[in-house]
Amino acid sequence: MIPLASALTDTDTRSVLYIISFGLFIYGLSGLTGPKTAVRGNRIAAVGMAIAVIATLLVDDVQNIGLILLGVAIGTAVGVPAAQRVKMTQMPQMVALFNGVGGGAVALIAWVEFRDSDGFSIATPTYVAIFSVGAAIIGSVSFWGSNIAFGKLQELIDGGSKVIGSAQIQTVINVILAAVAVGCGVAIVAGANSEIFILVLLISSALLGTFLVLPIGGADMPVVISLLNAFTGLSAAATGVALNNTSLIVAGMIVGASGTLLTQQMAVAMNRTITSVIVGGFGGTVEAAAGAAGAGGGTVRSTSAADVAIQMAYARLVVVVPGYGMAVSQAQHTVREMAKMLEAKGVEVKYAIHPVAGRMPGHMNVLLAEADVPYEQLKEMDDINGEFPRVDVSLVIGANDVTNPDARNKADSPIYGMPILNVDESQSVIVLKRSMSSGYAGIDNPLFVNPKTSMLFGDAKGSVADITEELKAL
Amino acid sequence: MLVTNLSILVLSGFVGYAVISKVPNTLHTPLMSGTNAIHGIVVLGGLLLLVEGLSDGALNKVLLVIAVAFGTINVVGGFLVTDRMLFMFKEKPKDMVEAEPEEAK
Repeated sequence: MIPLASALTDTDTRSVLYIISFGLFIYGLSGLTGPKTAVRGNRIAAVGMAIAVIATLLVDDVQNIGLILLGVAIGTAVGVPAAQRVKMTQMPQMVALFNGVGGGAVALIAWVEFRDSDGFSIATPTYVAIFSVGAAIIGSVSFWGSNIAFGKLQELIDGGSKVIGSAQIQTVINVILAAVAVGCGVAIVAGANSEIFILVLLISSALLGTFLVLPIGGADMPVVISLLNAFTGLSAAATGVALNNTSLIVAGMIVGASGTLLTQQMAVAMNRTITSVIVGGFGGTVEAAAGAAGAGGGTVRSTSAADVAIQMAYARLVVVVPGYGMAVSQAQHTVREMAKMLEAKGVEVKYAIHPVAGRMPGHMNVLLAEADVPYEQLKEMDDINGEFPRVDVSLVIGANDVTNPDARNKADSPIYGMPILNVDESQSVIVLKRSMSSGYAGIDNPLFVNPKTSMLFGDAKGSVADITEELKAL
Repeated sequence: MLVTNLSILVLSGFVGYAVISKVPNTLHTPLMSGTNAIHGIVVLGGLLLLVEGLSDGALNKVLLVIAVAFGTINVVGGFLVTDRMLFMFKEKPKDMVEAEPEEAK
């Protein structure tokens, strides 16, 4: 058996191609800073990937070409149709799934390396074992965590919070699982070469990934997906160090760093730490908070599509606040049509996007872009919040927690301190909602009983279509 | 070799941080999906072990083929889906102006 590390030493040609490929990744990603350069940026990164794959296959004595083609063919046959057919509303689960298989590949490669080198004992530097073991743990956590996230978003698994026993017991179980995985890893690095160690490591990591994501409710999903994305990136980088492959190190680490940054930004947008998301803060406090707050005082005023149409037609500035409800009922195209009608009547329309609206960061932007809403009309939270006092009508479509004034005013609310869209400052508010049920955080929203607010109950798409009809009739 | 690789690792971390911090919130979904596609580069690990014939045994080969298939799904699916998404952010008028005359013929 040839020592892995030295056998994988890059030839000069390969190294140069790898440098070109990660140069293209970085250049391509920097194109993502604006909508005009983004498509090209993504394609440039894809070219970089193609170059990296070709470089890898450039060896004197090509082995197993049949198996390679088989793997690539299977991957293409699954990946291409999935990517082409997925609806924009289902994008979060698609990303979760693609992320998961990446983590799965990392875990499998680490397993094979273990088997090939007799538990990293044959002439393998210690660091190779350390990085491989790390990659195996993170990859396995990412694979199973992403699968659970996919299942929850696709509603194959109940989206609510699930724990074994209580949140505390679950945390203890998770800590034990992590300790078992790390313990096996340490044993392997120290020289244990029985296959049972790597198998126990992979299985305990798999259980850990599953249990970490199972308790996490819908509203925290964006943070989790982003975190798992970072995990897979880091595990790819670790694989790169183990295999001495620069392209893997650079690409994996860029994803790891960007994913961590993005996760951090998401967490800040919800005024929560990453740790509290993982430990399942909302999941644990939901019942207590909902029970304590009760139904709350004040009356809910319900309105009709005709009234909403009149109210908006005579407004100067209407701000649409979309949330997950718009995604669920696929209302984005109807919303765009309504906005066009309003614009034809001389009403200015903008869209206020909360950073964590929907089930992944920027989810609402993708949906509205799909419906041809001009990019300039999409306003980020900080840009629009100062404008609300001069907004005539705020139209809240299937959003709840991101508009909840309790986050500003009520210190004992679970979401207190979370930055929100200040729709309650606008002249009037119309909330499109299926029923009076609470949002994912499971808490009351005083916005609904605000005297400025009127509610239009029903499916978002149906309601918007009704409003549009009324607007046409005006 | 370890030191070189660790240097690359640390520097790439900073590059990732610098590049991504400029991306606006509105493009965060395509950003995630794009970086998601890039970590599909793990497919190289599977390809390396297979193409250089470093792995023996049926189970190893089966595992590697699965790893390559997984990695390929990640890469191909990731880039395609990102492309679809980003295309929607492009300003449409130009495309439509170009497309319409052809349809008219």
